[in-house]
Amino acid sequence: MSTLSTSAVSPRAPLVSRKTLIDWLGIAPFTIFALLFLIVPTVYLMVGAFLTPEGTFTLKNIYDLFTPSIMDAYWISIKISVASSLGGALIGFFLAWAIVLGGLPGWIRNALLTFSGVASNFAGVPLAFAFLATLGRTGLVTVFLREWFGFNLYSTGFNLLSFFGLTITYMFFQIPLMLLILTPALDGLKKEWKEAAQILGATNATYWRMVAFPILWPSLLGTTLLLFANAFGAIATAYALTGSSLNIVPILLYAQIRGDVLHNANLGYALALGMIVITGVSNVIYILLRMRAERWQK
Amino acid sequence: MKTGRFFAWLAIAIGCIYFFVPLIGTFEFSLRARRGEYSFDAYQSVFADASFRETFGYSMLMALFTIIFGMLLVVPTAYWVRLRLPQMRPVVEFVTLMPLVIPAIVIVFGYLRMYNSSSILPMTGFESTTNILLVCSYITLSLPYMYRAVDTAMRTIDVRTLTEAAESLGASWTTILFKCIFPNVMGGVLSGAFITLAIVIGEFTMASLLGRPAFGPYLQLVGANKAYEPSALAVIAFAVTWLCMGLLQLVSRFNRAAPAKA
Repeated sequence: MSTLSTSAVSPRAPLVSRKTLIDWLGIAPFTIFALLFLIVPTVYLMVGAFLTPEGTFTLKNIYDLFTPSIMDAYWISIKISVASSLGGALIGFFLAWAIVLGGLPGWIRNALLTFSGVASNFAGVPLAFAFLATLGRTGLVTVFLREWFGFNLYSTGFNLLSFFGLTITYMFFQIPLMLLILTPALDGLKKEWKEAAQILGATNATYWRMVAFPILWPSLLGTTLLLFANAFGAIATAYALTGSSLNIVPILLYAQIRGDVLHNANLGYALALGMIVITGVSNVIYILLRMRAERWQK
Repeated sequence: MKTGRFFAWLAIAIGCIYFFVPLIGTFEFSLRARRGEYSFDAYQSVFADASFRETFGYSMLMALFTIIFGMLLVVPTAYWVRLRLPQMRPVVEFVTLMPLVIPAIVIVFGYLRMYNSSSILPMTGFESTTNILLVCSYITLSLPYMYRAVDTAMRTIDVRTLTEAAESLGASWTTILFKCIFPNVMGGVLSGAFITLAIVIGEFTMASLLGRPAFGPYLQLVGANKAYEPSALAVIAFAVTWLCMGLLQLVSRFNRAAPAKA
């Protein structure tokens, strides 16, 4: 035993010095945790998307994603995510503009930012309940419109359990998120820039078009992409709101996990891979744009 | 400038309507349980429900474990990366942000495939190991927030000097970690803890697919079967979120004030 260990470790200085070995051991728990509960499970699905049930390589699962019912699910998901992120970005931007540059009293800014911290975390099942109680068939707004104005919201074709309803619901956490991320960016617009532009004869519109907007667009677009990914992966609100009646990707994947509705486990992996690709691409662009935006925030 | 202020007020007014009407609507709906008059019957029925207390207690317990073990994982890692492996910081940061990129439902799908009862590590086979898996999934979900909160707190202290000072006084590694580092980043730890609590308490996807009796799946079940109780539960959930965020604000304000005094 002793001869084995002496022959295994050479008497000369080891390639990896003891100090660096300990250095790397220090993050071993984190590395193991990340591998076990984040990276390997994800890679497992991504690899599975390219395998047949027997374990040989195939592109058939990816090809099968392009069947109408699955494409429909992706399409509705993308539509809802785009609509809620654009809506959230637009309203969030105007609110951020109002509290930073609108000349409003300071307490409004504090109150709105605190509220946004709460609302951006108020997602999931309770959010669905809140909107059912407001815009559902017996909800407050629906009843109010019917009894005071004789206006039947649901006769216009509006339905909370639809594309439009889900979009309006998602905006409840999208707008605050936009507001929280964009307020620092608007704070970063220096007064001197506006003054310099005005001295050079720029109108307010010219200043926004030529100075403020070119500086802000990476933040604006980047945050919109973050909101997109945020909506795309959300499931709890949609599930509580619509059950399984609305065919969006997370709900389809949920049904697939519970009961193999696609009758092909590996197609389920491909469905998950598609989600990772879409949220991954939008997040990568977000990070790139964010780096670009930070050049101006020093 | 006058028109600017007008539009600012307009934006705030529209925002307030959008945000407050659903909250008022929910509250009003939750009071409608008795026909013809407002009452707190829905709340009474919620609080009288044994499964409300059980699932809420279960989720609270899971949140507590998530915070304790998450912090035991995150604080030493953030400390070590700052002290010994600064070149690894971008990598570790990237990994902690990954749960924002990979949807929760995909992560749990991976767990169900990797840890099912016929795998090498059959964690979903037993109730106790499934609970462990659930806590691990919650740690993963809250990793971006916890790591960021702790790392920000660590930026304000001089990790290297503190460590050297403690070492020269003969402190062991555990003493350094638990008596020097942890107390100094307590603000970050608490901020991370509150946001984790807000995320975990009503979490639906992980708990539902792992089949655990947590608060999120219970909410969904009530929503599918009852009329007025869901609104009462939404009001309660909103209050809990508000409480978590309020405490978070308090802690972060306290933190910002602390270094200025020192």
